[in-house]
Amino acid sequence: MLDNLSERLQGVFKKLRGQGRVSEAVLKESLREIRMALLEADVNIAVVKELLSKVREQALGQEVLQSLSPGQQVIKIVRDELLTLLGGEGAAKLDFASKPPTVVMMVGLQGSGKTTSTVKLGKLLKKQGRYPYLIPADIYRPAAIEQLVRLAETAGLKAYEHDGSRTPLEIARDGVVAARKSGFDTVLIDTAGRLHIDDTLMAELDGLKAEFGPQEILFVADSMTGQDAVRSAGEFHKALGLTGAVLTKLDGDSRGGAALSIRHVTGVPIKFVGTGERPDDFETFHPDRLVSRILGMGDVISLIEKAEETIDEKEAVKLEQKLRKNTFDLEDFRDQLKMVRKMGPLSSVVGMLPGMGAVKEADLDTGALVRVIAIVDSMTPKERQYPQILNGKRKKRVARGSGQSVQEINRLLKQFAQIKKMMKTLQTQKKRGGGRRGGGKLPFFRK
Amino acid sequence: MAFASLRKKLAQGLSRTRESISTGFQSMLGRKKIDEESLEDLEAAMLSADIGPLLTEQVLDEVRTRARKEAVDGEGLRSIIKDVLMNGLPDVPEPAGPPSGPRVCFVVGINGGGKTTSVGKLAARHRAAGRKVMVVAADTFRTAAIEQLETWATRADVDLVKRDHGADPSSVVFDALEAAKARGNDLVLVDTAGRLHTKSNLMNELGKLARVAARVIPDAPHDVLLVVDATTGQNGLTQAKEFSRAAALTGVVLTKLDGTAKGGVALSIHRELGVPIRYVGVGEQVDDLLEFDRPGFVDSLLG
Repeated sequence: MLDNLSERLQGVFKKLRGQGRVSEAVLKESLREIRMALLEADVNIAVVKELLSKVREQALGQEVLQSLSPGQQVIKIVRDELLTLLGGEGAAKLDFASKPPTVVMMVGLQGSGKTTSTVKLGKLLKKQGRYPYLIPADIYRPAAIEQLVRLAETAGLKAYEHDGSRTPLEIARDGVVAARKSGFDTVLIDTAGRLHIDDTLMAELDGLKAEFGPQEILFVADSMTGQDAVRSAGEFHKALGLTGAVLTKLDGDSRGGAALSIRHVTGVPIKFVGTGERPDDFETFHPDRLVSRILGMGDVISLIEKAEETIDEKEAVKLEQKLRKNTFDLEDFRDQLKMVRKMGPLSSVVGMLPGMGAVKEADLDTGALVRVIAIVDSMTPKERQYPQILNGKRKKRVARGSGQSVQEINRLLKQFAQIKKMMKTLQTQKKRGGGRRGGGKLPFFRK
Repeated sequence: MAFASLRKKLAQGLSRTRESISTGFQSMLGRKKIDEESLEDLEAAMLSADIGPLLTEQVLDEVRTRARKEAVDGEGLRSIIKDVLMNGLPDVPEPAGPPSGPRVCFVVGINGGGKTTSVGKLAARHRAAGRKVMVVAADTFRTAAIEQLETWATRADVDLVKRDHGADPSSVVFDALEAAKARGNDLVLVDTAGRLHTKSNLMNELGKLARVAARVIPDAPHDVLLVVDATTGQNGLTQAKEFSRAAALTGVVLTKLDGTAKGGVALSIHRELGVPIRYVGVGEQVDDLLEFDRPGFVDSLLG
């Protein structure tokens, strides 16, 4: 059984490849497959129906554009429709009050990830130069207040501490006053998880809304939610008038079909996505990227951005100089590996590359990275600079220090020598202006 | 045990489920003949319950085949669906506990499913049945998870074993099981950290927890309950598959069934993996955990 949407669609489109025109028979079969795939991806049945009828309308009998194969043509139509559904290109921004503080309410069902998202959003806003203040207003779940306060502390954020003996409204009131007094410009209220059919608790949220007139009411939703997403998001929207959504746990392997449902039923944009358990695993939502991910085109842009954020600009310049002078040593090699590690688990990096969606962490040896770093760490600075001085005795010492065998160390040295050789070749190609041979295009353009 | 009252509560928990599915069915029950249009309604109703496109297609195929042989009216349709849904569910008896000493139960699942709450409710339930229960705070990762379980332990009046935040969960489990043997507990409920099934390092950690448990008490864990949020879509099946690879699952706790979500994916988990639903969670109160009643569930689905 094909598990994910991208594989399924790729299967369909393989059949479509090589046809001059989108015929009715082919279209019917592919729409059926797309339908099954979308349903398995938890896209709401009503959304699926609407989407497919639009695709059918556009695809049938359409002249295939000269530059595209029929398969690509259908992909393009599906892609465009999904994109339209998700609200087109470009990330939605938060709306800030002209007179601070801006109040943001985080709402949603139990266990969707509100508390974690509140802290992550706070951290993101702080990075962007704002002064966020977190108010824990979940007085129902045991230890929820403590969770937020402690998480905030770890993330270097300020939170309103209280003993949870008052009503959420009273807590939020005092919290906002405290925020104003201390000059915070953004207040994030973490509300308790609740069912959309719980009238009492929904009224409580409405009370908070009436009191503070929040600029943003963000609906936090688990990306693994099934068909019910339409109902819960719809009810929350009806009761509160949501301004956006946060899609959590996107580091799992769900395709996030719920995003389409939420967007469809509420009309509000998905603004952020949660991609892991660390406070930094939070990103602005890009509809184009989610669509690409659904269609199996990879998320190359995300990857590039992540790499840019992690790799220190200065270090990169230093590295380039070293490469040019060919003084790249084991120490630089280790620093590079550390940068790769900073980008997160290998699977999240590789998963963004086209065609690699199915790679699981188990297939990647994250441990190897750690072992190599340990080996280099166990060397003296001189050994890192001139690995050739590593004789048997030194190797034995390094092996003991890193908990690896001497063979491992030999293998690493051999690999490193190969890398250096490769780099040298690239350098000489560049010098000769090898751009025309496809070696390095950049020098060619730099002139 | 007052079976009738349980049944009533389950029915209450499922009433919304029933309402929604049955709107699809009710409109058909009166019909003399089942045509393609009614089948489409039926399909939509089943899909909305997260029963999944594959199982839904199976049911529809079966209905079509039978409708060709005999005249199927609305009532007949109902029994066909019930047949198809029930037939694929293998009977799995609850695993036998140890001949002596504590029975060990792991509660596992992805983040935010309701593990800690379920452990709290299970503890209260078994405590009420007169067992000497211990709960173990093996979620040392999530901030304040230990405090949350502590509150539940007090509510349920059961033993608690905990360590500091960030402690190694295997050593917590090891110590707890040693303590349970010494203190003569009947049942040990281990609250594990939420983990996404895609994180192999965390899944390996779970496997290790199980091995550590077996070292202290033979054949432990005797139960491994997977907590599945009823709002979960088709990904629930993938979750169950991955978790069963790390530790042999013996049952599912279907939580948050007091909302409008149907938890239909649990049927697929039972069919495909032979892991039945054991309990359903229908609220935030300590007694809002019900023993699962299969015919009742399928019946309720059909209204």
